[in-house]
Amino acid sequence: MMIPACRLADLPRGEALRLDIDPPVSVFHTDDGELYAIDDTCTHQDASLADGWLEGCEVECPLHASKFDLRTGAVDAPPAKHPVRTHEVVVADGVIHVRLSAEAPRLPPCVASRLAGGPA
Amino acid sequence: MRTVAVVGASLAGLSAARALRGQGYDGRLVVIGEEAHRPYDRPPLSKEFLSGTLGEAELALETDGEDLRAEWLLGVRATHLDTTPLPGGTVHLSDGRSVRADGVVIATGAAPRTLPGSTGLAGVHTLRTLDDARALRDELALGGRLVVIGGGFIGAEVAATASGLGLDVTVVEAAPTPLAGPLGETMGALVSALHTDHGVRLWCGVGVKGLGGEARVDAVLLEDGRSVPADIVVVGVGAGPCVEWLEGSGLRLDDGVVCGADGRTDLAGVVAVGDCAAWWDPRTGAHRRVEHWTGARERPAAAVAALLTGGAVAPGVPRAPYFWSDQYGVRVQFAGHAAGADSVTVEAGTPEGRDVLAVYRSAGRPVAVLGMNQPRLFTRWRKQLA
Ligand SMILES: Cc1cc2nc3c(=O)[nH]c(=O)nc-3n(C[C@H](O)[C@H](O)[C@H](O)COP(=O)(O)OP(=O)(O)OC[C@H]3O[C@@H](n4cnc5c(N)ncnc54)[C@H](O)[C@@H]3O)c2cc1C
Ligand code: FES
Repeated sequence: MMIPACRLADLPRGEALRLDIDPPVSVFHTDDGELYAIDDTCTHQDASLADGWLEGCEVECPLHASKFDLRTGAVDAPPAKHPVRTHEVVVADGVIHVRLSAEAPRLPPCVASRLAGGPA
Repeated sequence: MRTVAVVGASLAGLSAARALRGQGYDGRLVVIGEEAHRPYDRPPLSKEFLSGTLGEAELALETDGEDLRAEWLLGVRATHLDTTPLPGGTVHLSDGRSVRADGVVIATGAAPRTLPGSTGLAGVHTLRTLDDARALRDELALGGRLVVIGGGFIGAEVAATASGLGLDVTVVEAAPTPLAGPLGETMGALVSALHTDHGVRLWCGVGVKGLGGEARVDAVLLEDGRSVPADIVVVGVGAGPCVEWLEGSGLRLDDGVVCGADGRTDLAGVVAVGDCAAWWDPRTGAHRRVEHWTGARERPAAAVAALLTGGAVAPGVPRAPYFWSDQYGVRVQFAGHAAGADSVTVEAGTPEGRDVLAVYRSAGRPVAVLGMNQPRLFTRWRKQLA
């Protein structure tokens, strides 16, 4: 599925945009001008990676500092143990689009159990 | 270097072991830990684990299939460090064994302070280990009146978790304002107002004289003569570094192992990391013990680099100390040093909304930042701290 995010001109370098879909996805515009999209929720706990610390091709979780590679979704060190999903980014007519991955998301246990228990 | 002994098998010890392998150390690696458990994460012990939303398996710090090629000596205590000959030393163990190592990483953490005369009374808890948390969780499940002695972060988190579980909770704090040490008075009062928001009683400015009860605690006795009825008591009055086993080793001990800005001690081949270590802080020009998770995870890499190179690499300035706390559904984050600040201003949110982003400045320069449910702004400000 292709989801329009925002105009490229509206997402400055060094910024991230969270798409409030379920589960949320975030688009990152790195300082080098690259665009990446990953699942927004950290795999450790309920934290938004769009709120995190962007450096090069990595985002550091704003809560407990696990770092995720925006290109692969890989995580560097605990407390997070699992990678996040990555999604393809396409820019068409000046608008950023995200092509959602077909993989199953990796949600942290607290979020997964809340979803399993129905909407909180 | 052919043998490295890591003493303390928790976050700082595991991070050191990982850094050793990550930085190419290929020799013998011995990890010694007093607890019988594999390394586990402590922060959930006062939060998700205590409330029952996270199980024991999820506390594990190691990842599936992780193999550091280490010898794990668990359930055994280091009793003494003999540092002759240097570098390194011989670690003597409670079971009579000893490990000779030319590199020693001290990572023995901290242990909770207790109240004099409170031992042996049922219903009285401290919270540091998984075993402590299991015992407390089982008692909280019975419900009743909980009195938390100490309004610091761990006390506040236990109070929040217990009130969420439906217990009747009172927090007693000797200082006029809880958290004034780490956050300053204004913000300490603001964060600790979360208690009263949630119907938890907060009694400040009164010391605890002792505990009432015969075999089991039934009250907390205050210095002003009052007494607070209690079915369960949690003593959360801070923690002291576990360094008594290092006495006589020649290491400098002063509220923790005294270290340089890269974790090196005065003795060759010995470094200290995590809650037991007082590193030189170039920002404040003093040695300081930082009892936070992120430091215990990040700093071992620098200490291990110093150990492996004999200090040939100049230590970088570590990031400003950072911690978080989750209380009553509010995410509290703090970075930097509040002590040196001459002003605190609220940059976003409101005290009433409990969503404050506050910046501490010294001569106009930001030196610390506090966020309540403000992760994005907090992250930006944290980045600007020198
Ligand atoms: C309940 C709780 C909640 C917390 N919540 C937060 C939080 O929200 N945010 C935050 O930033 N920080 C938090 N912390 C602090 C954080 O957990 C610590 O900073 C961190 O655990 C320090 O790691 P460490 O490895 O240095 O020490 P520790 O985790 O204390 O580990 C030291 C280990 O060494 C062992 N040991 C001690 N003496 C010996 C000996 N002589 N021989 C062998 N082994 C020995 C101990 O048994 C222990 O396993 C919390 C701590 C607790 C207890
Ligand atoms: S929530 Fe991201 S590392 Fe903990």
